[in-house]
Amino acid sequence: MKRILALAVCVLIAGVVFAGGEQEQAGSEVIKIGVFEPMTGANAAGGAMEVEGIKLANKLYPEVLGKKVEIVIVDNKSDKVEAANAAARLVDKEKVTAIIGSWGSSFSMAAGSIVKEAKVPTVGASCTNPLVTLGNEYYFRVCFIDPFQGAVMANYAYKEVGARKVAIVQEISNDYSVGLAKFFTDEFKRLTGDDKAIVAVSNYNTGDMDFTAQITNLKSLKPDAIFAPGNYTESALLIKQARELGMDVPFLGGDTWEAPEFLDVGKAAVEGAVFSTFFTTEVPITETSKLFIDEYRKEYGKEPAAVTALGFDAYLVILDAIERAGTTDTVAVRDAIAATKGYPGAAGIISLNETGDAVKNAVIKTVKDQQFSFVTTIVPE
Amino acid sequence: MMTKRQNIMYTLAALVVFAGILFLLDENLGAYPKRIFILAGIYVTLALSLNLINGFTGLFTLGHAGFMAVGAYTCALLTMPPDLKTMNFFLKPIVPFLANVQWPFLPALLMGGVLAGVIGFLIAAPVLRLRDDYLAIATLGFGEIIRIIFTNTQSLTNGALGLKGLPRFTTVWWSWGIAAVTVFFMVNLINSSYGKAFKAIREDEVAAEAMGINLFKHKVISFTIGSVIAGIGGALMGHLLGAIDPLMFRFLMTFNILLIVVLGGIGSITGSVIGAVIVTIVMEALRVLDGTMHLGFMTIAGKPGMRMVIFSALLMAVVILYQKGLMGRNEFTWDGFFQRLHRMSGRKKR
Amino acid sequence: MSVQLFFQHLANGLSLGSLYALIAIGYTMVYGILRLINFAHGEIFMIGVYIAFYLVTLFVLPWFAAFVVALGITCILGMGVERIAYRPLRDHPRISVMISAIGASFFIQNLAIVVFGGRPKTFPVPPVFGKIITIGGVNIVSITFIIPIITFIALAILLFIVNKTKTGMAMRAVSTDHETARLMAIDVDIIISITFAIGSGLAAIGGIMWGLKYPQLLPIMGLIPGLKCFIAAVVGGIGNIKGAVLGGFLLGLMEIMIIAFLPSLSGYRDAFAFILLIVILLVRPSGILGSVQGEKV
Repeated sequence: MKRILALAVCVLIAGVVFAGGEQEQAGSEVIKIGVFEPMTGANAAGGAMEVEGIKLANKLYPEVLGKKVEIVIVDNKSDKVEAANAAARLVDKEKVTAIIGSWGSSFSMAAGSIVKEAKVPTVGASCTNPLVTLGNEYYFRVCFIDPFQGAVMANYAYKEVGARKVAIVQEISNDYSVGLAKFFTDEFKRLTGDDKAIVAVSNYNTGDMDFTAQITNLKSLKPDAIFAPGNYTESALLIKQARELGMDVPFLGGDTWEAPEFLDVGKAAVEGAVFSTFFTTEVPITETSKLFIDEYRKEYGKEPAAVTALGFDAYLVILDAIERAGTTDTVAVRDAIAATKGYPGAAGIISLNETGDAVKNAVIKTVKDQQFSFVTTIVPE
Repeated sequence: MMTKRQNIMYTLAALVVFAGILFLLDENLGAYPKRIFILAGIYVTLALSLNLINGFTGLFTLGHAGFMAVGAYTCALLTMPPDLKTMNFFLKPIVPFLANVQWPFLPALLMGGVLAGVIGFLIAAPVLRLRDDYLAIATLGFGEIIRIIFTNTQSLTNGALGLKGLPRFTTVWWSWGIAAVTVFFMVNLINSSYGKAFKAIREDEVAAEAMGINLFKHKVISFTIGSVIAGIGGALMGHLLGAIDPLMFRFLMTFNILLIVVLGGIGSITGSVIGAVIVTIVMEALRVLDGTMHLGFMTIAGKPGMRMVIFSALLMAVVILYQKGLMGRNEFTWDGFFQRLHRMSGRKKR
Repeated sequence: MSVQLFFQHLANGLSLGSLYALIAIGYTMVYGILRLINFAHGEIFMIGVYIAFYLVTLFVLPWFAAFVVALGITCILGMGVERIAYRPLRDHPRISVMISAIGASFFIQNLAIVVFGGRPKTFPVPPVFGKIITIGGVNIVSITFIIPIITFIALAILLFIVNKTKTGMAMRAVSTDHETARLMAIDVDIIISITFAIGSGLAAIGGIMWGLKYPQLLPIMGLIPGLKCFIAAVVGGIGNIKGAVLGGFLLGLMEIMIIAFLPSLSGYRDAFAFILLIVILLVRPSGILGSVQGEKV
């Protein structure tokens, strides 16, 4: 009997899941924008930061075309299978007009074919892997892509640091890290004209905490700088251990370093670390930036992260497109998004190119007095 | 007691009905429920492959995700058109012998299974001499080793970048068709002399050996067949998602399948089928726990991650309180089915 | 490779090894008594250090008090896990117990994600542990010396308990044969609880040491070290405390040294542990210091 009861309960739940879809039709007074982000799992922090920005934008701009905008948040659990399911749920069950997501290029890629088939335009906030938008006319992003970011850091290493020999420490199990390292390498080799300019490439895995072996090896090679485009979780420990082992060379990184935990864990060790990112609160780029920074400080009482500003922008871009399209028809909205040019976002002026990527400035930041501090802006050529 | 002929007739009739249901669902289900349905079918195949080794032969393996990875990557690399490969392998070009290869789905799928089976065979030889717990950890180790290798071999698997844009071959027919074939195959295997040997090994190895069963040979056969099916399941999953990468095939994946097998009943084919369907559906349904729940008058704010807490608690509850799982070791038989119907209707007649 | 470089690598390896050793002891003790791989050990290690973290930051306890209290709480937690997940399955096939262990491990991990949040927390390291000492060009953080010392103190205390006290004798009896021990008027349940308590306590110490050395806490931090420490215990001879320590050092050194001599293999680091495990299981399954046990028919 127990078993039959248990079975019955499960069938009931199933019924709810599948039947629930029909009831959604009634609410056509609401425009839905789907959000799929990692709310749990290894990348929960990144997802949470982006959602903050999206929610803030929704609070400030809750309406378009005279209707209320509702954001539907689905968790992709930092897992590809779940990411695909989450996207499928948004397009099919929730019938959203557009989607924002995801932090983490691999999850965005998992959802790519689903949104393409369903013809629902999707805007990524911070996913920088070129493959996300390549070959997919329904995927866009409001940030720059890694080939640009890698080149920016290579230029910085070459010109500002004066490095001629760089060692790379990459997170081999992270597509972002591996990609960014490669783009840096290509540009750096081009700048120095030296094919051996990258003295070593050291690997580590996600979740690793001990880098002493890799660092000790690099120490003997005496590089001028180290490029370590990994997540802030590992990078802070990496730099700390490097300093403890007596390595004083400058450390360069990418946008994933910008998180409060990086400063927390790294403390004095990360002083002077330099990285590229999308956004800075010190030099508000547009009017929207000022508005965003003020509102964020009011709402959360702390400084916003770069990906939060991007989440904010992704929402605004979609709203703007819906307004221009004058309809919630997903194909029309998609075309309107693609035509976005010169839109003033919180993280800079957004113009989308043919592949759906934003051509934007990069911001270089460093750690000074245990705070993130603005260095300069790099304009794309 | 039904005759064999009657059994076959009923089974064939059920198959026809089943095919009809598949057709209806394929036409009418929305994209989202259909996806869940296809996923359930894939999990049936995967659960059966694990159940064969764990449930029927009594070998506790935890490396299943590794075989899935082998199958998925093989099938993907064989079915991707050359320009898709070039686009994916932008970091480091793909090894030359794979660059221009493009096979249709079925041969690639089978090749995925075969390769997974080969790897399974190679692993089986050294590992199956070990006892329960050591076997578990050793297979877990191999699963991880396979994954780590895939992460590092940039020119073969595209490393951490993974493969995306895979042709979405897996439809309702492929997924449930293969599930049906697997069920059919398993039923026949279990009822054959091999199957009886497997069960004997599970019950008591020493006695089985004393009865003249070659322990090692049978264990290897079971393990290899299990890995072949796991490889096929992995390939199906890859072509459902359209993108694969090494992180998909962590121990967590094996844990999900283990959950299904335990819940359905270790050693029951029917149990695995039912378990797969239920777990896949409930996994999605419990999404509500992650967000805010509106229960009419009150709103309970959900915390992300509650889903997995509940699932692990469920696994433990089943194992501790109810080790048999849903079906225990019982199977579905037409006899049992009709008897139950008679019993139920018998009560109503009062 | 210069001598200095070699010694730096050696220091790193010994440091890592002593951490593995500390945690491996807990695994080996539980296995010796119950023939059970306590998959949840890694999670207990994680909880131990999280509790210490909260005691220091939230309750503002001075660090030595916090560490001791965290130790106590973790011991109780370990005993709790045994009560709930393992005791009911005492007479059931080993496969059920293993599944329960895996389930417990995932449950605690996911509960930690829900309760503590997925974002990393910085462990507050008291300055005395963070000083950098340079000896002949080799840089060593002060904690690196402290960990092996603690490991050996723990080892000494444990060996004393196991070999020279009545409780220890009872533990050895139970690990040889439950039924016979029961006939000798030993309360098997209590002995098992004590074993779990000791093992969990060591895990807590190991966790706190880990937090002091790598001051970043994540709910998933227990998984890989847990597996590696189990491998260390197996390599040294499961059920043998000295073996666990040996295995721990061996594993730590091996991990560092392989990368030291073959830097291009740094991405395969985790795989080394598994490869070592498989090699040992094939060549000498009872481990380096283990005794070969025949199987009773």
